[in-house]
Amino acid sequence: MSNPSDDDTFSPTGHGFEFGLDSFGEHATDEKGRRETDAGAVRRIVDDAVLAESVGIDIFSMGEHYRSEHMDSAGHVILAVIAGRTERIRLGTSVTVLSTQDPVRLYAEFATLNAASSGRAQLVLGRASSVESFPLFGFDLADYETLFEEKLDLFTRLLRDQPVTWSGTSRAPLRDQFVYPAIAPDAIPTWIGVGGSPQSVVRAARYGLPLMLAIIGGHPSRFVPYVELYERALGQFGHPRLPIGMHSLGMIADTDEEAQAVHWPTYESVMRIRGGERGFPPPTRERYEMDVTEGALFVGSPETVAVKIAAAARDLHLSRFDLKYDATDAPVVAQRRSIELLGREVIPRVRELLAGRPISSAEARA
Amino acid sequence: MTHSKRLGIIGAGKIGTAIARVAVAAGYDVAISGSGPADRIALTVNVLAPGARATVTEEVVRRADLLILTVPTHHFRKLPRDLFTGKIVVDAMNYWEPIDGDDPELAAAPYGSSPVVQEHFRSARVVKSLNQLGYHEFEENRRGPGSLDRVAVAAAGDDPEAVARVLQLIEHLGFDAIDAGDLDAGIALGPDGAAFGVAYNADQLTGLLWPENSSNAERSDERTDRGATVRTRLDRADLKKLASGAAP
Repeated sequence: MSNPSDDDTFSPTGHGFEFGLDSFGEHATDEKGRRETDAGAVRRIVDDAVLAESVGIDIFSMGEHYRSEHMDSAGHVILAVIAGRTERIRLGTSVTVLSTQDPVRLYAEFATLNAASSGRAQLVLGRASSVESFPLFGFDLADYETLFEEKLDLFTRLLRDQPVTWSGTSRAPLRDQFVYPAIAPDAIPTWIGVGGSPQSVVRAARYGLPLMLAIIGGHPSRFVPYVELYERALGQFGHPRLPIGMHSLGMIADTDEEAQAVHWPTYESVMRIRGGERGFPPPTRERYEMDVTEGALFVGSPETVAVKIAAAARDLHLSRFDLKYDATDAPVVAQRRSIELLGREVIPRVRELLAGRPISSAEARA
Repeated sequence: MTHSKRLGIIGAGKIGTAIARVAVAAGYDVAISGSGPADRIALTVNVLAPGARATVTEEVVRRADLLILTVPTHHFRKLPRDLFTGKIVVDAMNYWEPIDGDDPELAAAPYGSSPVVQEHFRSARVVKSLNQLGYHEFEENRRGPGSLDRVAVAAAGDDPEAVARVLQLIEHLGFDAIDAGDLDAGIALGPDGAAFGVAYNADQLTGLLWPENSSNAERSDERTDRGATVRTRLDRADLKKLASGAAP
C-alpha cells in the first residue's frame, strides 16, 4: 500500500476516488407495481451489477441479512455469478457480519471469488445494524465483542501471513494451517465498517485496515471527529494513512422532485417497519426532507447528489463513496435509471468537483 | 442542595463520548471510563471529548456523586451491585432487542429497563434520562436558556433529590428539563414510549408525559397515578435560577 500524497483523497489502488453500489437484496417492482419473486430479485441484482459496470461504476457490493425483505443471505454466491458476467467491476460486501461467520470459510470463499474474478474480490467487515444472524447460527449477541475481535484477528492472519497458528474461544484452534486457494498478502482489500462506535474506529486503525463509515442519519460532517480519531489512531499504531469510505442510502433521478417521489414511499414503509422494531415513531415527510437536504440521504438529481458527495468527501477525507441503491418495492426502471445516472453523470461530476477548489458542506447546503 | 459540577460517565461509546463532549462544553469536570484500562480509551476521549478525563470505572465513581451509565444494555449486570452505593445514577441506556439481543428480564419488564437497573444497583438512586434522543440529535439540539427552539429532555426517578439534580444537569447541558414522574414513568422515555426518538419542546414533551393536566404541569410536582408517592420538586423557575450563568 503506497504512502499518501498531500492530496485529501487518495486510493491505495491508484484508481483515484472510487464509487460503489450496494445492494441489500431487496425486492423491486415491475411496471405494473408487482413485486418480483425471491428468485427474480436474485437474478435482477446480477443484471444491475452488469449495468453498473457498463456505466463505469467501480464496485458492486452485497449486504448480509436473513429476513424476508432481503435476498442477500448468500451474497457471495451472487458476487460469483456477477464475476462471470463482468470484467472490471470490483466485487465486495457492504458489510459481512464477521462475528457469525467462520473466518476460514470466509477466506476460502473470497480467495476463490478473487481467483474466479481475476483479482476483483474485496469486503467490508462489521457488525451491521441487523443481528438476526446471531440466533440463526447459534451465537450469543452478548459475545459480540469477543467474536468480532477474535475472528478479525484470524481473518487478517489468513489474508496476510499463512500458514496460521491460532487459538481462541470462538472456534477450533489452527496449527501451521494453510487454506487454499493461496493469495498474495493483502490481495483482498478488507475494510472495517463502522456505524459510530469509537472502539470500532480505533480497532480498524489497530489492524491497519481502511475505514468504511456507514452514515445513515444526521449530517455526514458529524463524523469528522471519527475521521480525526481514525487518522490519529493510525499514527499511534505506526500505520500509514489509509483510505476512508462512506456508505449511505439514496436514489438518483432526473430531477429532485422525481427522485423524492420514487424514494419517499419505499423509505417510509421500510422505516415504519425497521424503526418501529426499535421503538421509533413513524417517519414524517418533513423529517425525510430534512434528511435529504441536511442529512445523510443522497436523494435527488445528479447535480444535487454530486455536490453532496463532494462535500462529504472533503469533510471526511473520503476516497470512496458507496450508494445503497436498492429500496424495497421501488420500480426496477427507477433503480436502473439511478444506476445509470450515478455512473454517467454523478461520478464524472464528483471527480470534477473534487479536482477543483474544496467545497465545504456549508457551501453545499447553501 | 450543593451543586457539584463533577460528572462521571461509565461507558465510552458513541453516547458516552457525546454526553462527555456536551458536559465539558457546559463547564462540567468530566471523568469517563470504558470497560478496561484507561489507556484503551485515552485517544478516543482525547479526540472525541477533549477536556474529559479518561480513567477507570472505580475512579469515575469515586470522584463524582452524579454518574451516567451508558454501557451496552446487555452489559450492565456485569458491574458490581454495590458499585454505586449512595450515588445518583442516570440510566441513559435503552433496551433494543434488535441491538442487544433477547433479554427475557428486560423484555418482560412492565415499566422498561430502569426499574430492572435500579433492582440490580439497589444502593444507588437511579434516574432514567438522556436516552430519548440519538447522540447526534442530543448534541445538535443544545441551546442556551430561553432559546425559542430549545428542546426538552425529561428525567424520571423515585428519589426527589436525585431527580432534581438530574433536571439541573439537563438544564446545564442546554435543554429544558421536564420531570417525568417516578422511575416507572421512565418507560415513556424509551423505545415505543410517547416521548422517544423525537426532539420536542417543553410544552410538547410536558403534554406527552402529563396528558391529563398538561396546562398546569409546569408548576405541578404531584403525581399520584402508577402508585407514586406525592412529593414536591423544584419548579422550573428554580431550575432556571440554578442554571443561570452555567448553561451554554
